[in-house]
Amino acid sequence: MKRHLISAADLSRGDALLILDTAEELASLADRPIKKLPTLRGRTVVNLFFEDSTRTRISFEAAAKRLSADVINFSAKGSSVAKGESLKDTALTLEAMGADAVVIRHGASGAAHRLAGWVRGSVVNAGDGTHEHPTQALLDAFTIRRRLKGAATRGAGLDGIRVTIVGDVLHSRVARSNVLLLSTLGAEVTLAAPPTLLPLAVDTWPCAVSYDLDSELPKSDVVMMLRVQQERMNAAYFPSVREYSRRYGLDTARMARLPEHAIVMHPGPMNRGVEIAADVADSARSTIVEQVANGVTTRMAVLYLLLGGTEFPEVAQ
Amino acid sequence: MDAAEPLVARRDGLAVLDAEEIRRALTRIAHEILERTHGGDEVILLGIPTRGVPLARRLADRIGEFEGLEVPCGSLDVTMHRDDLRLRPARALGRTELPVGGVDGKTVVLVDDVLYSGRTVRAALDALTDLGRPRTVQLAVLVDRGHRELPIRADYVGKNLPTSQREVVHVLLAEVDAQDAVMISDEGSQP
Repeated sequence: MKRHLISAADLSRGDALLILDTAEELASLADRPIKKLPTLRGRTVVNLFFEDSTRTRISFEAAAKRLSADVINFSAKGSSVAKGESLKDTALTLEAMGADAVVIRHGASGAAHRLAGWVRGSVVNAGDGTHEHPTQALLDAFTIRRRLKGAATRGAGLDGIRVTIVGDVLHSRVARSNVLLLSTLGAEVTLAAPPTLLPLAVDTWPCAVSYDLDSELPKSDVVMMLRVQQERMNAAYFPSVREYSRRYGLDTARMARLPEHAIVMHPGPMNRGVEIAADVADSARSTIVEQVANGVTTRMAVLYLLLGGTEFPEVAQ
Repeated sequence: MDAAEPLVARRDGLAVLDAEEIRRALTRIAHEILERTHGGDEVILLGIPTRGVPLARRLADRIGEFEGLEVPCGSLDVTMHRDDLRLRPARALGRTELPVGGVDGKTVVLVDDVLYSGRTVRAALDALTDLGRPRTVQLAVLVDRGHRELPIRADYVGKNLPTSQREVVHVLLAEVDAQDAVMISDEGSQP
């Protein structure tokens, strides 16, 4: 494993499987009377959040605490950043406080990468702009593997599983990370979205592209619905929310076209009635709540693998 | 020893226990467990990965043969509780599988292949504390090679093996290594 987790592309198939297998072992912790391990005692994890986020921050916080790390939460609102401090100065402050890992969420693509050059600890990207969100992809892969491959999944990839990612790919860091990670793990990924919501260089991504959701559904093992990111909609990407919902929203009728075993995923937070109908979100096929639980487990695995062992030699010097 | 010699030949030359002797040692330990726990009631065997797990399985099978008693058997991974985590890169976790009913109020026999510094067993005791409160915890090992660094001793020992700290003891088991043997070698020849 590399020292930082900035992009899903940093992970080899072996790295990704190591994380998933570690998460698989850590998952049993949730059923135990004491849901805590002493492994990261004395290590400090800083949650550096420049963008609003509830589930990711809480998920990272729970993961670090279950491994006995000390957690410092830093959110940009009401902090020195609001007074105009630069990312670099914030980073140096954290450095001086002795952070062993920094979990960063930032509105600018590439912020995590820049930060990694300034701090000695490990940097975990928890979403940078429209670039990447690798731990989300890991928890999605973990959820897919558990649901579709069953209990004896240790060491198994996602070979031959067909995943359709639907919706606002253009603004989605979740989609990019998932395409990279799922294809590393052997899944066949198809993006289904209106042409206006696909990035320019999508033909260089390791996936197929379709403009027609209905034709993709019968051959999908997994459908991953993306949130319509209204806060990032500066231009008119589609005529109306209603039209989008008609063509790319997952309702009960569309869900019926999926194969028997197929699952429905959503990274949250959902816009019920826009990209996903309420009935679908609450159905037995939906893994949305499971994804949240798996998020803590997967992030524990990431933190353990980055911080649990010896310090990286280039840092120790 | 000549470094150019093939590894297998060198290790074969120093086999301390062969398959037959391992079988006998386990048979004796199984009898001892039954004796000391007054018939093996409420006993759980927990193997420490990797090679403690098949050993625990074998002991459970023996006890089943002798007394017709089904002894629950599981595994206990101690990686997250080790005290030497920061000395090496993060390693993959082993499996923890508890028998149905957990460990509360039971006599837990921890099973491992080699007892050396005692640090693995200390970690196992910590891991066990997080899983419940056994009535008694005992320790069974195939080989006790000495050089303890903590006040820990085994209740059941397959073979006491006086070693120097420079030597390496390998336990090979059919389930993992395709053959049964206990080997001793010099540091340099560790595979």
